Amino acid sequence: MYIEVENAGKTFLQNGKEFTAFTDVSLSIEKGEFICLLGPSGCGKSTLLNAIAGFSPITSGSIKIDGKEIKEPSVENVMIFQNYGLFPWRTVQKNVELGLESKKISKDERHKIADKYIELVGLENFKRSHPRQLSGGMQQRVSIARALAVDPEIIFMDEPFGALDAITRMKLQDDILSISKQEKKTIIFVTHDIEEAVFLADRIVIMTPNPGKIKSVVTVPLKGHRERTASDFLQIRDKIFELFNMKHEEQIEYII
Amino acid sequence: MKKILSLKNVIVSLIILSAIWQLIFTVSEYDSALFPSPLQSFQALAEMISDDILILHIKASIYRFAIGYISSVIAAVLLGLILGRLPKVFQYVNPALQLFRPISPMAWMPFIVLWFGIGDIPAIVIIFIAAFFPVLLSTVSAVGGIDPIYLKVSENFGIRQPQIMWKVIFPAAFPQIANGIHLALGTAWVFLVAGEMTGAQSGLGYLVIDARNNLRADILFADIIVIGLIGLILDSLLKTAEKQILKAWGGVD
Repeated sequence: MYIEVENAGKTFLQNGKEFTAFTDVSLSIEKGEFICLLGPSGCGKSTLLNAIAGFSPITSGSIKIDGKEIKEPSVENVMIFQNYGLFPWRTVQKNVELGLESKKISKDERHKIADKYIELVGLENFKRSHPRQLSGGMQQRVSIARALAVDPEIIFMDEPFGALDAITRMKLQDDILSISKQEKKTIIFVTHDIEEAVFLADRIVIMTPNPGKIKSVVTVPLKGHRERTASDFLQIRDKIFELFNMKHEEQIEYII
Repeated sequence: MKKILSLKNVIVSLIILSAIWQLIFTVSEYDSALFPSPLQSFQALAEMISDDILILHIKASIYRFAIGYISSVIAAVLLGLILGRLPKVFQYVNPALQLFRPISPMAWMPFIVLWFGIGDIPAIVIIFIAAFFPVLLSTVSAVGGIDPIYLKVSENFGIRQPQIMWKVIFPAAFPQIANGIHLALGTAWVFLVAGEMTGAQSGLGYLVIDARNNLRADILFADIIVIGLIGLILDSLLKTAEKQILKAWGGVD
């Protein structure tokens, strides 16, 4: 297994009281998988993501990537944030080049790589713009390009489309799905949107709060591009609704 | 367009003010040795310009101001960037800063003259002290207030010390640092005059004392106006530079 989470737990000290973000989490992820961590707020999904990414260490258990214990963030595993995390003082081009600056490559090479990924996310006309001049969807595209530019093994996404309107969100979901197939990255994606998870994931990790833990892991049997209105899509969505106990038994009325 | 309009307003209001003042002066029996008329001041100004005296004093003042202010800003920003990243250390530095900050730089004058004599250095040191505290404190607070996501992103993309200072911390904190630099300009200019009044043999501040000693109220007043004008010009130059940098760094007006 590529990513191996074993009995991982994390507790904080909050106002003198111990608070458990998640406990006893075990999860194996293969290379190239698209995993969604799905659950309501407070289920520890973002904390788990941050732990796997190396931003905040767990307090029990272990997390290994490629056999190595995770202690700190690395350029191999890049995080994409809900509020983009772009540097407003840099142009789109310079933002995308950010991660390449600490690698030993020439300036020309840097430009070339940045150009490639800016084009991939469709922003070639905005290279000289600053982030504040772009819409939220475009800013998130820049941060996707910035992440891809360093050619990471894993991309972590922390509710990346949470701040976008519904239409933009669907467009970006389409894009990230095709990018993930094309670039063959392992993606771990945190969301509280059931439809988003069904649309994107190979497997959905369903988490529940108090304390945060994994309730079940659902394999999505849909391959390649998915139709949001197709019956198999809706079936899987319903199954997940059921897992959250959110589906009410309906009294079916037959009208003849 | 707005700028031209406001410039027009300034000029008109100054003309009206001087006209009223001149009128009162002409109709009353006021002693011009106590307070000069605008006309007399203007003549004094013209006299100093044609004698090349004014330009000499302006040069001396600007020289001291530039050295004192720029070196102070650089030192304070550098120290502020470091202290801002070390909040534990700053806890112990801050009380000392708060103790020295409210002391007028002029209070140090006897020591300064004792150590450096008179000439350019006392005024430079006074300006340095005057600009130092506001810039340092605003830099420390700006660095402390940086959005943690910038640091998270830097960590993720492998930007380490010392690059993180000029690639991330400084530009992220710059808008607030610029505020401090701007505030300090006014303060420092005020103390230039004070510093030159006691520690120098030239400059606009020295000219105040010189005019007083020679009982030349007209020169004194002309000098005061020049001090105000140069302060105004420096302020608007800095404001323009600040705007340019913010614009280049993607700030939206």
